[in-house]
Amino acid sequence: MTAYEIAPPRAVKRRVHELPKLADPNAPLLVVDNLTTTFSLEGASVSAVAGVSFRLNDGEALGIAGESGCGKTTTALSLIRLLPPNGRITAGSVSFHGTDLVTKSELALLRYRWREISIVFQGAMNALNPVRRVGEQIAEPIELRLGETREASGRRARELLELVGIPGQRAQAYPHELSGGMRQRAMIAMALACDPKIVIGDEPTTALDVMVQAQILELLERLRRDLGLALILITHDLSVIAETCERTMVMYAGRVAEEGPVRRIFTAPRHPYTAKLLSAFPNIHADRRTLDTIPGLPPDLREPPTGCRFHPRCPVAMAVCKDVVPPEVVFPDGVRVACHLHPAGTNGGIVATMESIAARRSGMASAPVSEGTAAAAMGAPGTPTT
Amino acid sequence: MSDLLQLQGLEVHFPIHGGVTDQLLRRPKGFVRAVDGIDLAIARGEVLALVGESGSGKTTTGRVIVKLTRQTSGSMTFDGEDVSALWGTTQLRAYRRRVQVIFQDPYETLNPKQTVHDFVAEPLEVNGLAPRAADRDAKVGEALEAAGLPADFAMRYPHELSGGQRQRVVIAGALAMGPDLVVADEPVSMLDVSIRTELLRLMLDLRKERGLTYLFITHDLSLAWVIADRIAVMYLGKIMEIGPADTVIRQSRHPYTAALVSVAPTPDPPSDDAPARTILVGETPDASRIPNGCRFHPRCPLAFDRCRVEEPPLFDVGAGHQAACWLAEGGRALPVLPPSMPVAAPGSAQPMPEGAAIQGEAG
Ligand SMILES: Nc1ncnc2c1ncn2[C@@H]1O[C@H](COP(=O)(O)OP(=O)(O)OP(=O)(O)O)[C@@H](O)[C@H]1O
Ligand SMILES: Nc1ncnc2c1ncn2[C@@H]1O[C@H](COP(=O)(O)OP(=O)(O)OP(=O)(O)O)[C@@H](O)[C@H]1O
Ligand code: SF4
Ligand code: SF4
Ligand SMILES: [Mg+2]
Ligand SMILES: [Mg+2]
Repeated sequence: MTAYEIAPPRAVKRRVHELPKLADPNAPLLVVDNLTTTFSLEGASVSAVAGVSFRLNDGEALGIAGESGCGKTTTALSLIRLLPPNGRITAGSVSFHGTDLVTKSELALLRYRWREISIVFQGAMNALNPVRRVGEQIAEPIELRLGETREASGRRARELLELVGIPGQRAQAYPHELSGGMRQRAMIAMALACDPKIVIGDEPTTALDVMVQAQILELLERLRRDLGLALILITHDLSVIAETCERTMVMYAGRVAEEGPVRRIFTAPRHPYTAKLLSAFPNIHADRRTLDTIPGLPPDLREPPTGCRFHPRCPVAMAVCKDVVPPEVVFPDGVRVACHLHPAGTNGGIVATMESIAARRSGMASAPVSEGTAAAAMGAPGTPTT
Repeated sequence: MSDLLQLQGLEVHFPIHGGVTDQLLRRPKGFVRAVDGIDLAIARGEVLALVGESGSGKTTTGRVIVKLTRQTSGSMTFDGEDVSALWGTTQLRAYRRRVQVIFQDPYETLNPKQTVHDFVAEPLEVNGLAPRAADRDAKVGEALEAAGLPADFAMRYPHELSGGQRQRVVIAGALAMGPDLVVADEPVSMLDVSIRTELLRLMLDLRKERGLTYLFITHDLSLAWVIADRIAVMYLGKIMEIGPADTVIRQSRHPYTAALVSVAPTPDPPSDDAPARTILVGETPDASRIPNGCRFHPRCPLAFDRCRVEEPPLFDVGAGHQAACWLAEGGRALPVLPPSMPVAAPGSAQPMPEGAAIQGEAG
């Protein structure tokens, strides 16, 4: 199986997608408000997601970034309620076109999970059953979830493989006969099986070669446009987000540090954590031959730090940071930040509510907000190492 | 600077065994040409990065250098001595002490049932480097400190450490032996960004303090660019381009390097003046079926007739800079690579023309 076998992806006609009866087509696609998820662990409770809010519009790509253990996967799993047994959503709501999925019965949720929101699990490409053909493994959930016949689901599986650039006859292959990139394509095909409106990709390119990574990102981009998908891309690699998403949400220790348009956040980060994270990446194209570090490690979420959860590692922490949780403030350019460096009232920022987030996002003010960026507060990011 | 290590015409070919009859006749069905003729010199005190896609033969090259894999042919000189045939001898033990290796997964190296102290102390004892227990303890403490670990970590087991700490233990173990050369095979690929940069800094600091030489194996070109003095780009068992890090990145003379640079991930949002990306078709080239002529030609956007029949040697293209491409003959500059084809509208899907080298999504 050489490489050269990857076929030009075939465009597949999209099935007419009917929304569930209760869904309101005029309500926003996805509104997550104050999502709070905890795990119970040996008598302690792990505060993995602590009041996360965001909104996803039709056809939009949102990138969720942050170091390992900051709650990205838990956020994603909470959206479709596929948490491990010791995990529980303790507060907040997840509204899909106006209906809250958190309070739905397990049975009612089946109409949404996979059919409206599907997920490519972290590391799933390495978890395929080694003794079963890839085509069967894609067809089975179609049979199960859509109640199609075996034959029809097999046909659909081949169709889906072609959609992601794998020749249909490769449905006969076993996982070990496919390269890493092809297995990841197959996982994406699986997520598309029930024609969802939202696809969540949890670290879809981690551990793949750069060239293959570029191919997968291009595929996601094309699928999004051709199928009108909305995409939530989870990764610790900011470059993946820079390449594919319009908006990004940077998480730290279970909370939102900063959220907004990729262009604004990546060029002028306002949260010290975002600034640090960005300068930890060398950049060949911008001639930034530097390696910055974020001192210390993300906290143990059984006992998260008081006040701003980033304060023990923050280079510009102030006295207030230790005691007071910074409020989320929305700025006229659509960026939302939770940091005491940016109190409400500065640069037109107002305390974030779901309404203000929505309002600021739709009408992005043109005034550039350059003052008081975190990068400026900390001096130029990065120190040369060579 | 003198060369610490030299490889000449190094080849590693693994036999592929077919059916039962082949096995009975001890007749291999073919060969995986993992390393297919490389010449490489590593200067004392330098950091040389070996870069390439998965399956290009980086690890195999590293394993030959640390004598975990036997070369099929070619020679190897270390510190002026021929070490090609150094097998099963006491000199081999001395060599292994001077040439240490750090693998990607610390678990490959660490023993889950061994404390950090015992892991670092054992090779010291075996090699007779510190026969007295007290000396050993001192050396272990010193190595842990150099690797940035608190002394009380000595009594911990691997599962009681984070991924970054485990890799530090491996580094401590390598350091305790007082090596000259460290082969680091993707040492930070499994780690988070912040831990990653800390470990890279540690490795660079140690190089300064102890005059270490590194062969740094990675698939991440940006990382290579940041930490290496020189970069060697490998493809299907051969070196495609080698030279000073900055020159290889800024003035690539091989289409493969240029394509890798164009897709190197950056945390900058795409802009109109960003350089065009050239995404090559295909992935993970197969070392059991190496193409004729230039081995890169089926994926090369600039391939021409000669490339399909004749293999280009490494041409000198500048100070200490070489590229194995016919276009670089006589030191010529590389033409601009065509960008990947724009994505066509859905529904206009057509099969790609034979030999098309640029990925034309749905085009
Ligand atoms: N089943 C579980 N039981 C207890 N704690 C858990 C469980 N799953 C995750 N956690 C904890 O919850 C926090 C968030 O984990 P999560 O997997 O969401 O992080 P992540 O951002 O996806 O990290 P990564 O980049 O490593 O995938 C971590 O502190 C983790 O240790
Ligand atoms: N012991 C072996 N027997 C047979 N083939 C092997 C063996 N070791 C490696 N190979 C093959 O040799 C080629 C080069 O492998 P190698 O591990 O050196 O590549 P690499 O550049 O380190 O790749 P990666 O980035 O995936 O680690 C591959 O095709 C691999 O399958
Ligand atoms: S609130 Fe304080 S500690 Fe937190 S990021 Fe802002 S300045 Fe740093
Ligand atoms: S020799 Fe030909 S095929 Fe090989 S890299 Fe150069 S132009 Fe491409
Ligand atoms: Mg995760
Ligand atoms: Mg390797």
